[in-house]
Amino acid sequence: MAVLVRIPTPLRSLTRNQAEVQATADSVGDLIEDLEKQYPGLKERLLDEGGEVRRFINFYVNEEDIRFLQGAKTALKTGDQVSIVPAIAGGS
Amino acid sequence: MERLKGLKCRECGRNYPSSPIHVCEFCFGPLEVDYDYAVIGEQISRPRIESGPPSIWRYADLLPLDLAEGETHVGQAVGFTPLIRARNLADELGVRELYVKNDSVCHPTWSFKDRVVAVAIGKAKEFGFDTIACASTGNLANSVAAHSAEARLKSYIFIPADLERGKVITTLVYDPTLVAVEGTYDEVNRLCAEVGDKYRWAFVNINIRPYYAEGSKTYGYEIAEQLGWRAPAHVVVPCAGGSLITKIHKAFKELRMLGLIPEGKTSMYAAQAAGCGPIVTMIKKDTDVLEPVRPNTIAKSLAIGNPADGYYAYRVAKDTGGYGEHAQDEEIIEGMQLLARTEGIFTETAGGVTVAATRKLIESGRIPRDEPIVICITGNGLKTPDVLYDRLSVDVTIRPSLAVFDQALADLKSKSGI
Repeated sequence: MAVLVRIPTPLRSLTRNQAEVQATADSVGDLIEDLEKQYPGLKERLLDEGGEVRRFINFYVNEEDIRFLQGAKTALKTGDQVSIVPAIAGGS
Repeated sequence: MERLKGLKCRECGRNYPSSPIHVCEFCFGPLEVDYDYAVIGEQISRPRIESGPPSIWRYADLLPLDLAEGETHVGQAVGFTPLIRARNLADELGVRELYVKNDSVCHPTWSFKDRVVAVAIGKAKEFGFDTIACASTGNLANSVAAHSAEARLKSYIFIPADLERGKVITTLVYDPTLVAVEGTYDEVNRLCAEVGDKYRWAFVNINIRPYYAEGSKTYGYEIAEQLGWRAPAHVVVPCAGGSLITKIHKAFKELRMLGLIPEGKTSMYAAQAAGCGPIVTMIKKDTDVLEPVRPNTIAKSLAIGNPADGYYAYRVAKDTGGYGEHAQDEEIIEGMQLLARTEGIFTETAGGVTVAATRKLIESGRIPRDEPIVICITGNGLKTPDVLYDRLSVDVTIRPSLAVFDQALADLKSKSGI
């Protein structure tokens, strides 16, 4: 499945300064593997030592937080947009 | 030697020069201002602070701005709000020593957000930005709009489209560009993260966050100074993003480290609405994994379902021997009314959450009845009267006649059984 991935500023040094990249994956977990193949070093920045998404990173599929979906198992379909966003301080 | 050393990742310790960035490039951990406390320690003293202005700037030595002595960039009268000995509320709750730190009267926009915004916009000016921005549930919107006006900077403010009318008007009056987003605060925030990546603006709660968050420490410094240079045993703090509770704790830690208050322990308690309480849920379940929620509460200023500092807020409550409590919507209203009828202080729904949570923490024995307690009232009731319209009404309406009044008074007294 071909999807569009939005890359936050701190990771763009690994994506040759591209803010958006294309990837092919059936799930969010797959996506991280495909990104690693295309842009080596990215996986280590997204996942912690235990292989879990790092505490301060949020993944969104079509604007929805994957923790409200199926986490790393969340399925992707062609045309989906995935955003990788660092956690943001509250603004109450 | 320099007082400010730059920024440092709270997770992995990597250092960065002072700049408008907020996450560690490597581990995505939050960046924090790195001070040289040896340099600060040589200069700071109680008399030096006490001779400063009656505002947050009396603590300028502990804030991340490059200010000439006695100068401010913006927000010169922010802070130094009253700490009230709340004897009536203490009686009602059955405790000996209770204080209300009342930021519902913070200058200029009646919430504690003026503290963080004055620091953030000051820093944005130092960095040379011409546009300020934020994502907000209301209080931050007010404060950013007001301080941007004072700083003569443009501002873009993003709010959830269903925000209370009172908070929309009290933002619009300062003439910012107000963008209402059809979604929850968490959706507004995610959008802003992407906007912030694209436009070179100073987002106070994103790229300016390390500096912004430091402004909250002044709330803690003031509590300690106003108690006669000591920290209370217990502090109850409303939590949205989770930053304030960690920064009040940091304030006491710094004051102890610098020898400005005696050694001791302060337990920190988190107050959240039941309809949006992911931090308190972490505390109750004793887990460091935050499960985001979809907010459903009248306490809109606390309605952040995915709090960025949730993990740290949980740690502070746990590490200090504190706890947390949820408040149902009805309890929130009762909390607002309780504070108003006992102490004459009208707070917003977030304050109702704090009062309600405090009551539960005392009744369950989590907070002992014989030790000093401070509750944090952080916003003003006049901005969100909507929740009270259906619950409160005029007691009696009469013609301007003394005889009619006599009769009405007799009726009222017999009705209330006096």
